[in-house]
Amino acid sequence: MENAIEIKNVGKKYNITHMRGGYVSLRDVIMNVLKSPFKHVKHKAKSVFGKADNEEFWALKDINVTIKKGEIIGIIGANGAGKSTLLKLLSKITPPTTGEIRMNGRVASLLEVGTGFHPELTGRENIFLNGAILGMTKKEIVERFDDIIEFSGVEKFLDTPVKRYSSGMYVRLAFAVAAHMEPDILIVDEVLAVGDAEFQKKSLGKLDSVSKKDGRTILFVSHNMSAIQRLCKRCILLEGGEIKMVGETKKVIDFYLHRKIEANKLSLEKRQDRSGSGNVQFTKCELVSITPQNHAIKLKLSYRNKTENLYEDVKISVDIKDANEEHVSDITNNVLDQRIDIQKGEGNIFLEIFGFNLESGEYSISLFMANDPMNSEILDSIENVLLLDIDNDNFYSTGKLPPIRSRSLFNFAFKDNN
Amino acid sequence: MTTTIIKPRKNFSLKDFKEVWEYKELAYFFAWRDIKVRYKQTFVGIAWAVFQPFMAMVVFSIFFGSLAKMPSDGIPYPIFVYSGLLFWQFFSSALTETSNSLVGNANIITKVYFPRLILPISGIVTKFVDFGIASIILVGMMFYYSFTPDPIILLILPLLLFITFMAAMGGGLFLAAINVKYRDVRYVLPYFIQMLLFVTPVIYPASIAGAYSWILALNPMTGVIKASRAALFDNAPINWELLGISFVAVVILLIIGIIFFKKAERQFADIV
Repeated sequence: MENAIEIKNVGKKYNITHMRGGYVSLRDVIMNVLKSPFKHVKHKAKSVFGKADNEEFWALKDINVTIKKGEIIGIIGANGAGKSTLLKLLSKITPPTTGEIRMNGRVASLLEVGTGFHPELTGRENIFLNGAILGMTKKEIVERFDDIIEFSGVEKFLDTPVKRYSSGMYVRLAFAVAAHMEPDILIVDEVLAVGDAEFQKKSLGKLDSVSKKDGRTILFVSHNMSAIQRLCKRCILLEGGEIKMVGETKKVIDFYLHRKIEANKLSLEKRQDRSGSGNVQFTKCELVSITPQNHAIKLKLSYRNKTENLYEDVKISVDIKDANEEHVSDITNNVLDQRIDIQKGEGNIFLEIFGFNLESGEYSISLFMANDPMNSEILDSIENVLLLDIDNDNFYSTGKLPPIRSRSLFNFAFKDNN
Repeated sequence: MTTTIIKPRKNFSLKDFKEVWEYKELAYFFAWRDIKVRYKQTFVGIAWAVFQPFMAMVVFSIFFGSLAKMPSDGIPYPIFVYSGLLFWQFFSSALTETSNSLVGNANIITKVYFPRLILPISGIVTKFVDFGIASIILVGMMFYYSFTPDPIILLILPLLLFITFMAAMGGGLFLAAINVKYRDVRYVLPYFIQMLLFVTPVIYPASIAGAYSWILALNPMTGVIKASRAALFDNAPINWELLGISFVAVVILLIIGIIFFKKAERQFADIV
């Protein structure tokens, strides 16, 4: 069959100076030149001769993939693996540093739902504006206008400014426009993470039918493994900017989840895939105990404060996700108004979770620490620090479980009044 | 079937202009959005386009015209200054709009592709609409002071607008490219534009500079405003030579602007 997308030796390089801050003020540049003109000239000369000592960072490297017409292909990978960069290259938002991409057919990309929506404009006006931004002609929008409205289900509010819309309505309208683009190749980022479950189902169904009926090619990035599994036959796993694996979705996802466990064995201190200022970093996350009877879990979080400052009243968040990367619970100290102070040097924080009532399975834990409840300075944020293997098969102490598998197991009591 | 090839980008080529043309509808939609939003957000809406030059005209007429007795080549000062302000407002607002076009639309630039030149172009289209509305006042004043414009105005007006358009676009593109990297441009610009107003014969006639008026001619807006007054009030022959110089100057400015803009374009999405 004909190829829809051919990606050959594609790479994207960023200079680290671009990555942080990005823009500088003219004032600073002028001041630097005035203060040390010689150093500036030297630096300029170096960059002209290509010997500048600024660090390079390859967000993507040696990407080679061919995607056939009519295929729905999933792209998975941890944060920072290069998924978004790849989509940006495919959408022409930023050019590649090396290599070539060839795409046959009309391309539309949906990196965000509702790009260019203006809050002051009405739903009707925004359909036209958003459609035009996504690359539709006015004629096409007029032709599909009724379908778009029907799909979105907001016809009653068509002449209301979208700033008065609920977030659900907003997303529905925005997706409806995008879903009616009818390109040959559709590039979709994590856009379905928003919206309620029913709408997600409808959107996934739409993507599926679009590809099956009209032979469209879809590239789909998601953290939602079940969505990927449902939609895509083939899947690409990115890791550190390179393709780690391409193949049948089930196999790739299994491999990916397995690797995540492997990565967890690396000590926390050595891990680089984290964000935040790094002034305080988590160094260890240990499972102290699981008490099966009262389903209590005790964790010990160790940190190192690299500065001489005390950080008072920090926000700590322990985020629990299931094997499909779906959030199960986010545990933070500030919802309980519990104060945590970070001392100098090293220290430990203990966390006890009571009544852990989830079904048996693997759960991963991500840690987050910010300088105050308003997240003004993110100190450290790191994903998948610990894999909890929960065995709740004896949750009810009877060795029995409800016949229908469900996510939560509640504590309950029946009473008959006879 | 169209085939898209994405490669490490070189500098601009003629294909870029073809692409801008293909996306002309989007430029229209952006301009339509800006006009519509302004109409909804402000109480007086589109009348704002008239209000600004009108108030400036009133204030200038009182202080410079009546009190300071500024010469105006024998034309009543209010209409003299209004004709200058009309073009000046078009130029300065288009320049500001263009220089903010990238930073102001960062959320769209990082999410979807279209030729980036569309943004400054649509910004100028919006200002052009303002110009059209504000000129209604001028027509009224022409009747009031019973001036009959030289019919050549119909011929020369598009040319003058085109020069102004290119001047604002050229300078604006250059500034827009710098603005992405150095964000203080946005703070310097209003000050810079205010300075420019005083070196352009808006509130005074170019003849005031006497033998040094050639210095003023370096400013393309000088030629535009002088020619517009000559055609409107029929008080002097149109200085085609000066206009020619202005035209060449803005073409060069525009080319420099486009080169800068296209060169910086590939980094926009990574920086903004």
